[in-house]
Amino acid sequence: MKKNVFVYCEISEEGHIADVSLELCSKGYKLAKELKVKLVTVVIGANLKNVQNELAPYGVDFIYTAEDKNLFPYLNLPHSNIVSKLIKETEADIVLFGATSIGRDLAPRVASTLRCGLTADCTSLEIGDHYVKKTDTTYKNLLYQIRPAFGGNIVATIINPDMHPQMATVREGVMKKEGVKSKKLPEVISLDVKKYVDDIDFAVKIIERHIEAKKINIKAAQIIVSGGYGVGSKENFDLLYELADVLGAEVGASRAAVDSGFAEHERQVGQTGVTVRPKLYIACGISGAVQHTAGMDQSAQIISINTDAEAPIKNIADYNIVGSVEDIIPKMIKYYRQNSK
Amino acid sequence: MSFKIIVLAKQVPDTRNVGKDAMKSDGTVNRAVLPAIFNPEDLNALEFALRIKDQREDVEITILTMGPPRAAEIIRESMYRGADKGILITDRKFAGSDTLATSYAISLAIQKIKDYDLVLAGRQAIDGDTAQVGPQVAEKLNIPQITYAEEFLGFNKGNIQIKRRLEQGVEVLESASPVLVTVHSSAYPCRVRNAMRVMKYKYAKTDIELQELNEDYIELFESRPYLKIQQWSVDDLKADISLLGLSGSPTKVKKIESVVFTQKESKTIQGSDAEINKLMKSLISSHVLG
Repeated sequence: MKKNVFVYCEISEEGHIADVSLELCSKGYKLAKELKVKLVTVVIGANLKNVQNELAPYGVDFIYTAEDKNLFPYLNLPHSNIVSKLIKETEADIVLFGATSIGRDLAPRVASTLRCGLTADCTSLEIGDHYVKKTDTTYKNLLYQIRPAFGGNIVATIINPDMHPQMATVREGVMKKEGVKSKKLPEVISLDVKKYVDDIDFAVKIIERHIEAKKINIKAAQIIVSGGYGVGSKENFDLLYELADVLGAEVGASRAAVDSGFAEHERQVGQTGVTVRPKLYIACGISGAVQHTAGMDQSAQIISINTDAEAPIKNIADYNIVGSVEDIIPKMIKYYRQNSK
Repeated sequence: MSFKIIVLAKQVPDTRNVGKDAMKSDGTVNRAVLPAIFNPEDLNALEFALRIKDQREDVEITILTMGPPRAAEIIRESMYRGADKGILITDRKFAGSDTLATSYAISLAIQKIKDYDLVLAGRQAIDGDTAQVGPQVAEKLNIPQITYAEEFLGFNKGNIQIKRRLEQGVEVLESASPVLVTVHSSAYPCRVRNAMRVMKYKYAKTDIELQELNEDYIELFESRPYLKIQQWSVDDLKADISLLGLSGSPTKVKKIESVVFTQKESKTIQGSDAEINKLMKSLISSHVLG
């Protein structure tokens, strides 16, 4: 048994390997090293000349490429057939996908084909053992798939003791993109696409596409002013934009604020939004459900503004300002301007 | 020729309004105190089906749900809003099913219905947020899938055209029938109940619910067969028990923690001018700001 770690590498609209896939390769490398197995990737697309160079810094051992003009943009059936067959052939035991529009469309189909488990939106992946008292069996080196569940009110550790491979999806920004010092280039194996894909797999046709570059990029922001349900209204959210403007920050939001229409979905921070690690995170009217904190608790400094001094966010915040957004934010703007000149 | 739509729907605990008593002292979820609601994106899926029905007269909409007996509530709710009939899959043997085992059961029910052109479902349910059951049902039925649908654009020579929402834009896809489509929250919100339909369907019941009614109602049911909500068990589906419930679920929960934050040394301030002034000064001098 090879029991390799396998990462599905997504091609971005710009034609490069997506950031989330490089993050997963970085994590996959660590898992493979701990388990003393190989890191295998697959890249599927229309023009894959550069993938060896793009993946070289991340400790990848093997790159399987499926190159054909019909394989970009992504379509579910051709990609899922290639991935399902290749997972079997490479005897992968751990399979990772980005929790993106593509990964969340692809991974469940592959898991169903292979009759294995899949855990969505993991916030942490670890290797560990599992003991079953009833049968006195110890399962060695399982993948612990850790994720908040139930609207973020609990954190669950999921394992797959018997039915493998173990599959997980992870959102962009959750794992760190880290290169490794390695002299050797990954080996590229080009697949004969005809053996993996049938004409019938192109039954769903793309009629047209409108791709817009992401406009809002809160992931790159050094400072984030974020609002929750407690901000109270869309009008009050304008105060957050004012403060963000003065501080050179970006505006974020909790799921409750997005669901209430206070902010666009692109601004959502948390398990079902983006994960951020700014040097300063100002949480306004955010109570601190795990759903949200999973996406921001790695911030270097956290300031909370909340009328409720006992809101759970107090446990992770460096400064808890007890007060309303309407009262505190204008003061912050005033004293920032006074002191920064 | 008619066009038959199956809408997959789920009754879920309302995780968005979780109060302090929602967690038991042992760290498990106290489902009893959470209100059970119609999964929000499944309502988007129902509306998607109703929009197709608005455009052509030969559409029949069947609501299919799996859950405890009380999940019949969302079937009635769907009937009030425009669905034609409903099927409840219910059996204790389904308990503990993960998404793979659930999709197996649902796919068997769809195969039992046999005649269908389109399967619609919400993108994901708010109690798990996995978005897995839709694609897994499609795989088990061996039909194509279109996820994150936002708009029904019409038919082109019998093929359905659908606009889907991606992270970075939109895409229009076309597929022959049958196809499974999952619907995104950015699609049309669901229409409200229709008063005439509420009158017509308020006594729609499953077999379990029928047992609790008195004889007057039994007569009513004999004269109005549309009031019957189909109820299917593991036996009705001829399901392989080993593929259901805990034994059919590859994923196991090793550990559940209710949320405990790690305590961090923090300062609480009341927000007076002097305090905010001091805070901004210290943030600027430590180069966090500016």
